[in-house]
Amino acid sequence: MLRKCLPHPYLTLTLIVVWQMLVNKITLGNLVLGLILALIIPVITSAYWPNRPRLMNFPRIVEYIAVAIWDIVVANVQVAYIILFKTNANTHPAWISIPLDLRTPEAITVLAGTITLTPGTVSSDVAADGRTLLVHCLDAPDPDAVRDGIKSRYERRLMEIFE
Amino acid sequence: MLADILISAFLVVSGVFGLTGSFGLIKLPHPMMRLHAPTKATTLGVGGALIASMLFFHFKLDQFSFHELMIALFLFMTAPVTGLFIAKVHLHRNETPDTLPPTSTDRPWASYESDAERAKIEEAREAD
Repeated sequence: MLRKCLPHPYLTLTLIVVWQMLVNKITLGNLVLGLILALIIPVITSAYWPNRPRLMNFPRIVEYIAVAIWDIVVANVQVAYIILFKTNANTHPAWISIPLDLRTPEAITVLAGTITLTPGTVSSDVAADGRTLLVHCLDAPDPDAVRDGIKSRYERRLMEIFE
Repeated sequence: MLADILISAFLVVSGVFGLTGSFGLIKLPHPMMRLHAPTKATTLGVGGALIASMLFFHFKLDQFSFHELMIALFLFMTAPVTGLFIAKVHLHRNETPDTLPPTSTDRPWASYESDAERAKIEEAREAD
């Protein structure tokens, strides 16, 4: 019964919070309206979420977000440095293929999104069976180091969250 | 006073990174490289402006504004999608499987697998 009424507790919680942020004013009325939306939307959309993964490791999720945001700031500075001070002849763009240990599609999506958001790397494609990720690097004198860095920094953490 | 300095500092940081990203568009020689400049350096450019806005509402108008956090959230969800679209167009127009590294699996990159091949593989899997 609880499963049927509340198919997606995290989504419900997120929707309540997002609604409060959107109206930008926390009042009882907004809270009730947000709660109603947060109860109805997951029930209506649950048909589109078959076999969704279970997230349990909450501290790990917070840690992952913190690491990602820190890396975005650091890498922004690095890309700005490359643009401003490196000559084009000295910049070495490269395609990198990253073999994935992750199998959950949602986890691979998060990994690809993180790679794109961290400046200097854009995820461009996956292998047709979803086991390898194609990444373009703005400046990678040592492509293997970039690959190992992504695997140990992001993929290992995502494994702990999703699998 | 201190708040003014802090807000101005974030605005200046945001402006510098936004400008750098736009400059990268002119300077970098290759379409895939140019893709890095605006989608990236602007992350911090926009981020700085959003933090400055939050500080302004907090210190000057004495209220807390959540909208900036929402903008950041939506930006973080949509920016990778746009980046992927542009990269895909580049893959289809300017690259071939030979110019890319191998997938190291027995199937090609998804952009180059024809629908017929994919249907055949999926049929074989269902037959198993």
